[in-house]
Amino acid sequence: MPQIFHRSTNTISRVSIFGAVFVFAFLGWLFYVLEASPYTTQQNVAREQPVQFSHAHHAGAIGIDCRYCHTSVEKAAFAGIPPIKTCMNCHSQIWAQSPYLEPVRESFRTGRSLEWTRVNDLPDFVYFNHSIHVNKGVGCETCHGRVDKMPLVFQAARLQMGWCLECHRHPERFLRPREAVFTMGWEPPEGVDREEYGLNLAKQYGLRSKAVLESCSTCHR
Amino acid sequence: MTKELPTYPSGPRHWRSLEELAQTPEFQAALSGESSADILAQAEGLDRRDLMKFLGVSFALAGLTACTRQPAEKIVPYVRQPEEIIPGGRPLFFATAHTVSGSATGLLIESHMGRPTKAEGNPSHPASLGACDLYSQASLYELYDPDRSQTLTYLEEIRPWPSFLGAMRVAVESERAHKGAGLRILTETVSSPTLAAQIAALLSEMPEAQWVQWESATRDQTRAGALAAFGRHAEVVPRIDRAQIIVSLGADFLTSGRGHLRHARDYAAGRRALAGGEGHRLYVVESTATVTGANADHRRPLRPSEMESFVHALAAAVGGSGGSPSDPFLAAVAADLRSHRGRSVVLAGDAEPPAVHALAHHINSVLGNFGETIAVIDPIEARPADQLGELRTLLADIDAGKVSTLVILGGNPVYDAPGDLRFAERLEKIKLRVHQSLYADETSRLCHWHIPAAHYLEGWSDARAFDGTASIVQPLIAPLYDGHSAHEVLAALSQNPEKSGYELVRATWQARMGRDFESQWRQALHDGVIAGTAFEPRNIAAASASVAEGGLGQAPARRSETSGRSPDASDAIEIVFRPDAKVYDGRFANNGWLQELGHPITRLTWDNAALVSIATAQRLDLRKEDVVEISSGNGKVLAPVWIEPGLPDGSVTVHLGYGRRRAGHFGTGSGFDAAPIRSSGNLWWAAGQIRKTGDRRELSCVQLHQNMEGREIVRAATAAEFRKNPSFVHEHEKEPGAEETLYPLIPSDTYAWSLSIDLTSCIGCNA
Repeated sequence: MPQIFHRSTNTISRVSIFGAVFVFAFLGWLFYVLEASPYTTQQNVAREQPVQFSHAHHAGAIGIDCRYCHTSVEKAAFAGIPPIKTCMNCHSQIWAQSPYLEPVRESFRTGRSLEWTRVNDLPDFVYFNHSIHVNKGVGCETCHGRVDKMPLVFQAARLQMGWCLECHRHPERFLRPREAVFTMGWEPPEGVDREEYGLNLAKQYGLRSKAVLESCSTCHR
Repeated sequence: MTKELPTYPSGPRHWRSLEELAQTPEFQAALSGESSADILAQAEGLDRRDLMKFLGVSFALAGLTACTRQPAEKIVPYVRQPEEIIPGGRPLFFATAHTVSGSATGLLIESHMGRPTKAEGNPSHPASLGACDLYSQASLYELYDPDRSQTLTYLEEIRPWPSFLGAMRVAVESERAHKGAGLRILTETVSSPTLAAQIAALLSEMPEAQWVQWESATRDQTRAGALAAFGRHAEVVPRIDRAQIIVSLGADFLTSGRGHLRHARDYAAGRRALAGGEGHRLYVVESTATVTGANADHRRPLRPSEMESFVHALAAAVGGSGGSPSDPFLAAVAADLRSHRGRSVVLAGDAEPPAVHALAHHINSVLGNFGETIAVIDPIEARPADQLGELRTLLADIDAGKVSTLVILGGNPVYDAPGDLRFAERLEKIKLRVHQSLYADETSRLCHWHIPAAHYLEGWSDARAFDGTASIVQPLIAPLYDGHSAHEVLAALSQNPEKSGYELVRATWQARMGRDFESQWRQALHDGVIAGTAFEPRNIAAASASVAEGGLGQAPARRSETSGRSPDASDAIEIVFRPDAKVYDGRFANNGWLQELGHPITRLTWDNAALVSIATAQRLDLRKEDVVEISSGNGKVLAPVWIEPGLPDGSVTVHLGYGRRRAGHFGTGSGFDAAPIRSSGNLWWAAGQIRKTGDRRELSCVQLHQNMEGREIVRAATAAEFRKNPSFVHEHEKEPGAEETLYPLIPSDTYAWSLSIDLTSCIGCNA
């Protein structure tokens, strides 16, 4: 019976068996990279909003406190999106005729809410509570980035589980004093050891043990 | 598989059904088919392992959704945010009150961004003290029930509210010409001061018009008994916490009737004190099986026909006349009562005849209980009345052609009036019929105008609790379906047809509160009670002396001093009528939560049954789920049998409130309607016959779910044993072995949480 395959095919088969490892490894790597890429996470992608609201202007240039608008951030899971009434507190007086703000005035006139596009969105199977983070010394900036420099807000972090765990495993690297939670661009005092400083804060604020912080059911409840 | 009944240090052997006690093959079969996985296996060929595999795979796959791009979501803020609302999480609580049959329970309702979601008791309300009964819990379901009537109709055609106002204006003007001689208003029991004031104003304009109150679970006999004893209408309020001997003559004071949450709280406190050698003793004599009876230390089932003579004998024994009774139970009750003067209380149930009530008042008076364990206050009803008598008068007036306009506010008399009154056919003789109710029910169908009622969480009102304390019924949400409260419908008959419920209720209290109204009003809304409105106890115990000498002192012909013998004819039986513990008189029949709930005694769901005792079932050769025909002088009904230990032999208990014909998806057609065999001559029991038909009907009973399977979840000992060894409960505990759990053992100094129920004070309230 004649040989069907030429001898040279042996080499090809050896290479492809060996190569398959790389092919699968490559596919795995590709999946991982795509998965963590801004294409999937939408990190750093500025969103179109019904009104060109600039945090850089309001929070950065004017210096309005975060809590003026996000009123429930210290009390509830949801930080709160300001009612149109909050906008009109000022904009019934200033820029009261600006065409940019017509959607705001229209909403206030008609009672129909503006529909903002959500920027930081966690999957629905994750429980996240703003108030516990804010009260335990996690700064706004730590997750949301320099909002005071964002003309249009974008998602500053990956918001994936690995990213959450970076902090849940080592909160001491990120904690700041409660007074500085709403400060943008806060730096730890010079000369102190960051981790030691953070560990002190964790103790002072009564952070739960790592077993609790890393437990599945803390977030997936 | 062996299923041993648990053994205890001592005390009773526990069992949960007659089948379990007898360990019948049916019981074993029922047990082995208990778990849902087994049921699935029978149904689909899917066994427990496969189910777990599918669960695991779907759980893992669900995680993959995290790897996709999140779809864009919108956030929609308020335009003007209501004060104190914290969006996204924190609920607000508002005080209001839920009224059933004229008696209010104070509630705190949880509200999420304007939507009521959960009822809790109001700790500052005397009828609640923080507790909440099943009707209040389930009222949230009622609020959102899509079967609720959604549109105002005239002859089943949709009409706007102003057209109703117009029609009423015409009707009332023509009635006014005859001083309202043809106008009748039919309500349920009213304790609302505002509603009462509105009706009074209307009646003063039209003095010939009449106001009739009717409820199928009426307290007529309780009122008549008090009237006979005190010479005036009065409300008797027991203080269970002060009593050491409690004797209930058919009174289910723990789970139904006025102030039952408060009584249950006081009762439980006494039970807890038992461990210390104090506490109370509860005797129950009743004609059916109730939760209170199940809690009794000593219980005697009596057929309704025997009740009155028993109470006469008891009164005689307590009074010291008539020598020592031959019945040891009666002798023990009488001896206990006599040795606890001023520290005992005798209560009679709403279904007992007026004489039993009067005698109970008399016994309490002899024992000096008034002022000690019992307060007598003014009635909480705005107008106490003989409801059945008034209904009869109304029907006679209809027959005489005197009634031209009937306005029915709430209630469903076409369904729940006793069969012999033939309410439906007489109703149709009236020229103009208006019915306001939550559901388009049996009565609505026979009325020209149907007005959807505002739920109590949708409209302003007020109401009184069992002790007279008034509360504002505060709405938490605007009417979902264009509903109108009874206040607004009544206003439509008045000169100011467009007054809102809010204005009317405020006006009532503005007149009573006087100066500084605004802050008092806000305080009342906040607290859920209006300060200082509880009725003062009346000092009228002395009046009851007349009872002993009066007409009620005569004992009726004594058929049998002791129970046990059944009526002579083999199929003769005494039919006992009671409102159902879940759907009450039928008003909650479409409440899926209540239908799904097991009955506290029978554990039946979605159905009522003809309940008979074991001996009666044996005598009549009845098995569970046999269909029987029960007939009284009025008519007959077909009903499935349920055998319930603890019922008096020779009687059958049927619960009202089922067999609704127009209730909604859940209520319509579930169970059988007992009204056809109920007679207006005696609302609460009837002599009748019972006959086996040979048919069978399956009932769904949840009693055998969650079997203990030999584990010692329930542990019991006598009070004496407990005092000797207070830690007996923990002696049989064992820590689960490491191999019994999948989770890593996290060492802990204390339990993270645990649920333990003190069964001594648990009454099985079912809420």
